[in-house]
Amino acid sequence: MSEPARKEPSMEKQKDMIAGHFRRLAAAKESGKKVVYTFVPGNLTELLLAFDVLPVLPEINALQSGMRQLSGKYIAEAEKRGHSEDVCTYVKCDIGMLKSGNIGPTGEKLPEPDLLLLSYTGCFTFMKWFELLKQEYSCPVAMLHVPYQGDGTITREMRSYVVDQLRSEVIPKLEAVTGRRYDEAALQEKLALSARAEDDLVWVLQSAKHRPSPIDAYFGGVYYIGPMFSSFRGTGDGVEYYRMLRAEVQSRLDRGEGPVTPDGPMGKERYRLVVEGPPNWTSFREFWKMFHSEGAVVVASTYTKVGGVYDLGFRHDPARPLETLADYCLGCYTNLNLPTRVGLLERYVREYGADGFLIHSIKSCNSFSAGQLLILRELEKRTGLAGGFVESDLVDPRYFSPANVKNRLESYFQMIEQKRGAGAAEARA
Amino acid sequence: MITTVLGVDLGSTTTKAVLLDENGEVIGRGITNSRSNYDLAASLSKVEALANARFTLFERELERDETVRDDNETFRTALQRRFRLEQYLSQLKSLRERGLQEAESLRPGAAGAALRKRLEDLFSAMERRAQNPLARPDAKRSEFFRDEANAQYARLAEDIADKEVSYDQLLAVFDKAIVRVENEPLDVSFEAAIRRALDFCIRRETLERATRFSAALERVAAVDLEPAVTIGTGYGRARLPFPKEQIRSEILCHGLGAHALYPGTRTVLDIGGQDTKAIQVDGHGIVTGFQMNDRCAAGCGRYLGYIADEMNLGLHELGPLAQQATRHVKINSTCTVFAGAELRDRLTLGERREDILAGLHRAIILRAMALLARSGGVFDELTFTGGVASNPAAVDALGKLVHENYGRRTLNISPSSIYTGALGAALFAHRVRAPGSPA
Amino acid sequence: MSQPLSEIVDRADTLYNDIDLAQVRATKERTGHRAVGYMPIYVPREVVHAAAILPVGLMGAGDRIEVIRGDAYFQSYICQIPRSTIELALTGRLDCLDGCLFPSICDVIRNLSGMWQLLFPGKYTRYVDVPQNYERAVGGRYWEEELRHLARDMGELSGHAVRDDELRASIDVYNRNRRLLGELYRLRAEEPWRVPTWEAYLVVRAGNVLPVEEHSRMLEDYLAAARSADRPPRDQSRVVVVGSFCEQPPLGLLKTLERAGCFIVGDDLVLGARWIEGDVSLEGDPFRALSDAFLTRSVSTASRYEATAPKGQSLISTVRRTHAEGVVFCAPSFCDPALLEQPMLEQALDREGIPYTAFKYAENLGQFQVIREQAGTFADSIKLWSEP
Repeated sequence: MSEPARKEPSMEKQKDMIAGHFRRLAAAKESGKKVVYTFVPGNLTELLLAFDVLPVLPEINALQSGMRQLSGKYIAEAEKRGHSEDVCTYVKCDIGMLKSGNIGPTGEKLPEPDLLLLSYTGCFTFMKWFELLKQEYSCPVAMLHVPYQGDGTITREMRSYVVDQLRSEVIPKLEAVTGRRYDEAALQEKLALSARAEDDLVWVLQSAKHRPSPIDAYFGGVYYIGPMFSSFRGTGDGVEYYRMLRAEVQSRLDRGEGPVTPDGPMGKERYRLVVEGPPNWTSFREFWKMFHSEGAVVVASTYTKVGGVYDLGFRHDPARPLETLADYCLGCYTNLNLPTRVGLLERYVREYGADGFLIHSIKSCNSFSAGQLLILRELEKRTGLAGGFVESDLVDPRYFSPANVKNRLESYFQMIEQKRGAGAAEARA
Repeated sequence: MITTVLGVDLGSTTTKAVLLDENGEVIGRGITNSRSNYDLAASLSKVEALANARFTLFERELERDETVRDDNETFRTALQRRFRLEQYLSQLKSLRERGLQEAESLRPGAAGAALRKRLEDLFSAMERRAQNPLARPDAKRSEFFRDEANAQYARLAEDIADKEVSYDQLLAVFDKAIVRVENEPLDVSFEAAIRRALDFCIRRETLERATRFSAALERVAAVDLEPAVTIGTGYGRARLPFPKEQIRSEILCHGLGAHALYPGTRTVLDIGGQDTKAIQVDGHGIVTGFQMNDRCAAGCGRYLGYIADEMNLGLHELGPLAQQATRHVKINSTCTVFAGAELRDRLTLGERREDILAGLHRAIILRAMALLARSGGVFDELTFTGGVASNPAAVDALGKLVHENYGRRTLNISPSSIYTGALGAALFAHRVRAPGSPA
Repeated sequence: MSQPLSEIVDRADTLYNDIDLAQVRATKERTGHRAVGYMPIYVPREVVHAAAILPVGLMGAGDRIEVIRGDAYFQSYICQIPRSTIELALTGRLDCLDGCLFPSICDVIRNLSGMWQLLFPGKYTRYVDVPQNYERAVGGRYWEEELRHLARDMGELSGHAVRDDELRASIDVYNRNRRLLGELYRLRAEEPWRVPTWEAYLVVRAGNVLPVEEHSRMLEDYLAAARSADRPPRDQSRVVVVGSFCEQPPLGLLKTLERAGCFIVGDDLVLGARWIEGDVSLEGDPFRALSDAFLTRSVSTASRYEATAPKGQSLISTVRRTHAEGVVFCAPSFCDPALLEQPMLEQALDREGIPYTAFKYAENLGQFQVIREQAGTFADSIKLWSEP
């Protein structure tokens, strides 16, 4: 990912970790390492690491392509090949990249998959995405169907369904591909490392409850969740990264400083916001700037929970290795029903002392977007705050209209300011 | 000497300016095309608002003069009309000069003699028509020089074009010249134009009245109206040459402006060229919530513009035509991109123009209804602003749908609704100048 | 004496246009039963039926209402069916339903289940997450438990607990309905001039609101009437329509396709009614039987994961079986499942040399000129290709 101008040690550390990962991927075929393509929500990183395979996350590749201004070209390539303009641009970006040589974010060619691990969690498109990839690669697919929390709970039946699939589908296919036996002790060891890193991540995310918030939990947040949501959960590097990050945030907290942005430390905190929905990647910095230049800081976001809602208490538990993986998959944000999502957002608004909340509606992602206008209404009713609403896309540059988005954001911030002024005037009177 | 403040609303289609006096009363309004040059649009609308303000001050002066207090309206109206004509003639003069220059560069020397001759004839005819009170450009048709001049020019060009100089050639000259005229500052000072207008109008007055009118006008012309504070708003506000403290979002401005026009306002619907906004305000005009149209401009004023072009009609003609419908054809796409195609399809299918237009207006208002619902609903009173609020068919459709979906609601539409945002901006400027004053 | 054709079609047409669900209200009054709605594609209606509840298919409002409130809930890039469904509910037209089931079609319908929970907290709402794992011991076990869960819920809702023998009887009733639907589709493929698609569609759609027994009678009557109707054979291009399994195309679109020279000999309209291919077993545990049928004999469609069958296999076999000459991809705008599936199906058809054309619609589409031209050209061209 492109990083803020002032690099903190944790930033450097993350960059090195990612570079190392892509180096290992580039050398995978020579080193004989097996490669598994899978998705962020419901990823089974610990299990994959226990089999010593290298994960590739096509969503991350797509967002990287977006940040590096390549996605427009890739999407056009896919649409030229008959993909509809109506559908998810992550998929089209990935297909376009594949058809353009499959060069990863570090400029090295990505290895072909030995297994497509279809962790079907919280997103219908995932299924189609890997069906499309299946047409391209002659490798096995392991389907892991994670049932949706339609009633807002994880039932015993749901959990055992997932565990059954791990046992009968995912593990046997990993064994077949790697030629290794499933090693539960190895898995448990990695799960324990995950839990340690998760504690620190939650501490970092919750530091935003302070005033001023030492972090931006959306734009900054996507960097903080990077290692946790990708290939570094359950690794020593992951634990080390979060320890460093926590120390840095702690020191900003001690000094009463706000977040660090790509344009340097943020000025005075004027607006505290909760944001629902993924960011835009093609104009990520520009989008962030529209916030930080106005003194707006995001104190909590739902996007940073797509790879696990750890702040609600879930931790990977080495004592119940497969069950804990099942609970992890079942608990990802996009697998939660709408009432649960509204409840979570409401809680964020209150617990983080937000002045308002904003919905960033993404054309590509119906899992997030369908129903967001009702979420908006419901949250307005419950919190008494007016919500903001802006639209764009993940990686389709055609869908990010800077003037349009900026206009809405400015209007929103000014509305908060005006209400505040009116409140103060009333208090004086 | 009076102290004024100015609000400028830089919209995607038009730029509006409202000038307030020290009591927060509106004394002048100005409007112009936004063009590509926002600075110029802002300054032109200001020039017009200031000129307009002088007529207000003139009226106030006459109020104080017992001799003419009760009998000056006819004079003022005539004066103002003549003033506009002087401005028009002055711009026409500029258009003639630019047109001839364009003709020269298009066809230099002898080769272009015929073209230049035709142009001379054409512009002279335009001037004659402008002078003739019966053939005077229709003030209702449009408020802008471009539209007035274009209509006249095109009509005359049809007559003047011949084998030697084609209609298309003449139009090409106009298209180039008008852009230049529009993009240069209005070369008509209030003093010069008003003096010519005054000379023309006092001829029919008694000496006594003429003297009093002249004296009052002298005083008014001398007043320094330069605003103490200017606040900008609107779609193009980021491009206004103002510091950030002097910029307010159009949401806040429309909310406050609508509140000032109708203090009972709780919901504001603004349909402008590029944006539709649904705004909720409290009893003080403070915005409590808002929603704007999504990223495409479907269902905004611009859409009606496309339709008007497609049907070869003036924008202002659409609404009245739609009101003659006997039924409304169901229109599904309010997408500006598909507007033309859908329209042609419907016409081919034999639908009546009136009925299609009724359907189109309804489709636009349906989009607005969705936005109103998103913003929290429609509360009493609803104030409808923006360019589309002057379209009677849109107003009818809104009234009907609001009644069906929310019950009885008072629907406010100000004749000056297009100035709502600029009024709000001016009121913010007034607050800046006199903090704590009611606005 | 059998019922005249026109009478049957008129009745089906009335039911199609009955967006206020007057028919459902009447049935409820007559029987004292409850009614539960379900969105397109698969829900196990047998379980609902066995609890003495009338299952009611909800397939949007087509072009028959103006969506005013529904648009306030959805962004411009979301398909039409959830808008009109919300509109129907908010205007009180679905008040006669005591609950609603939302099958796992896509994320929009999935999230609509949550919207329902928020908007209508007093109503029974359930997201029906069918298994995407087809092992009896894994997906099968999960699905059986889900079926039992649904049965318990339905029993509580109606006050009539589902007994095994009653469920078996319901399966029997639906087996018969599916057989009749199969017959109708076979007749249409064999003698398409006898069964105009829009007619067949109306008769199939009537099953959304009629009690299944009554619907089966209608199917029988229609089959008898269509077989004996004086409709001379005609020669038109034979096509299979794909992509219309959720949001339904407006009737005008189906008529347009036929008028443009296409016989629709296969389609995925109202797919849920034909989801299970063949009979569900009446032997043994009926929940097990339903689950087994789902695992082994579900139709192929974009919302369902198929671990082994190559993409397009099922479509190609439908084309072969119905002697179709081409495929018309006819998907709703913004339909994730259909539109993401389409390139894969196109590839498969390319490999087989089966011609196809594609367009998109919305259920409230009002003009078909472009589609008529496109379909007409397609019909003509496949006639040319297929001539010796």
